[in-house]
Amino acid sequence: MMTSSAQNAIKSSTENTAKTALIVDDSAVIRKVARRILETLDFTVRDAEDGATALAMCAEAMPTVILLDWNMPNMDGYEVLRHLRQAPLGDRPKVLFCTTENDVGAIARALHAGADEYIMKPFDREIMIAKLDQVGFAMRSSEAA
Amino acid sequence: MTEADFAFLRDYLRKRSGLSLGAEKRYLVESRLTPVCRRFGIATLTDLVGALRLSREGQLERAVVEAMTTNETFFFRDRAPFDLFRDVLLPKAIAARAAQRRLRIWSAAASTGQEPYSLAMMIHEAGAQLAGWQVEIVGTDLSTEVLEKARLGLYSHFEVQRGLPVQLLVKHFTQVGEQWRISPALAGMVSFRPLNLLSPFEHLGQFDIIYCRNVLIYFDAPTKTDVLERIAKALAPDGALLLGAAETVIGLTEALVPDPQNRGLYRQATVAGRAAPHRLAAGF
Repeated sequence: MMTSSAQNAIKSSTENTAKTALIVDDSAVIRKVARRILETLDFTVRDAEDGATALAMCAEAMPTVILLDWNMPNMDGYEVLRHLRQAPLGDRPKVLFCTTENDVGAIARALHAGADEYIMKPFDREIMIAKLDQVGFAMRSSEAA
Repeated sequence: MTEADFAFLRDYLRKRSGLSLGAEKRYLVESRLTPVCRRFGIATLTDLVGALRLSREGQLERAVVEAMTTNETFFFRDRAPFDLFRDVLLPKAIAARAAQRRLRIWSAAASTGQEPYSLAMMIHEAGAQLAGWQVEIVGTDLSTEVLEKARLGLYSHFEVQRGLPVQLLVKHFTQVGEQWRISPALAGMVSFRPLNLLSPFEHLGQFDIIYCRNVLIYFDAPTKTDVLERIAKALAPDGALLLGAAETVIGLTEALVPDPQNRGLYRQATVAGRAAPHRLAAGF
């Protein structure tokens, strides 16, 4: 009765159990803030300041979730995601696009490129929990609602 | 609540819980702390501020901080009640009301609208199955200020990111500057009315599904019983009541019984419910 995309969007999922995160952002401040939040949520965190480094890290060990900045020099988030999804096991990570471009066009483009969710900057811990929950990390069960 | 009261509460909450409240959050303070006043027998928010100024680290202080820092409302809050709506309640209601083609839903603690709009999104997704149906969602809340925000259907990017899958954001909202507005199609499904659950609500009529989550926790036991028994009267014989995770009917009323298959879901006891309180009406 519901469209499959909407069903998937709302669907409870517990398929992700390993909690390894890769933060990809050219801003050292954002990397630091995101790392702090993810570590408090029991993620093992690595970070990269550009897309090429991030893809090399993924080739070495694919994380279960990637927080990916949209606007980066040299290789933007769209390019990183395109390469990632073509790489071996590259379809597995849940990718949360993270950007200040808070318009429908940017969101639609990110989803079309293969992003699973979208985080608008600025964000806080609650939003991170909500988004991780939505892509299947069952965060709410371990957090006070 | 005076400006001075609001300024005191902002400072008080910041010092005790780290909660930072902008000037535009006045409605939030009023909607969250009014139930605390009722619970402690305090007449007004100004009196509450007076009590906070005089005392330190007691039950009242804790209740104020808890009320402001928990029970936040967001889209698809707690998710399970909405999964239940999509997977169980709505399909069964569609089958049970096929002849009448009419469905009435009550969101009894609608706050700023996220719960009734979340239900509206799921109904919208049901699409063709409800074509030609008259579907009405009534959202009520004690606070007229929160209802005003609910009616506007305008949310910050913080609010739309808490619980709302991005696919549904793109589908059902349009951007208005820095905010996001719910679509007219969804807004048209929901009507908002001020209501104190302690007052009579027979005038709202009968509902097929009632969501009354995280509001009974603020009431004492006799009040819970009174509200639940009146809710039972407002519920269709085969209807469904959803309470919050920390709420129950057990020990409070025999008019409603838990659904053994679904946590948080309650149904009418049978017509002979008083004699056989554990027999369920054939509900959806």
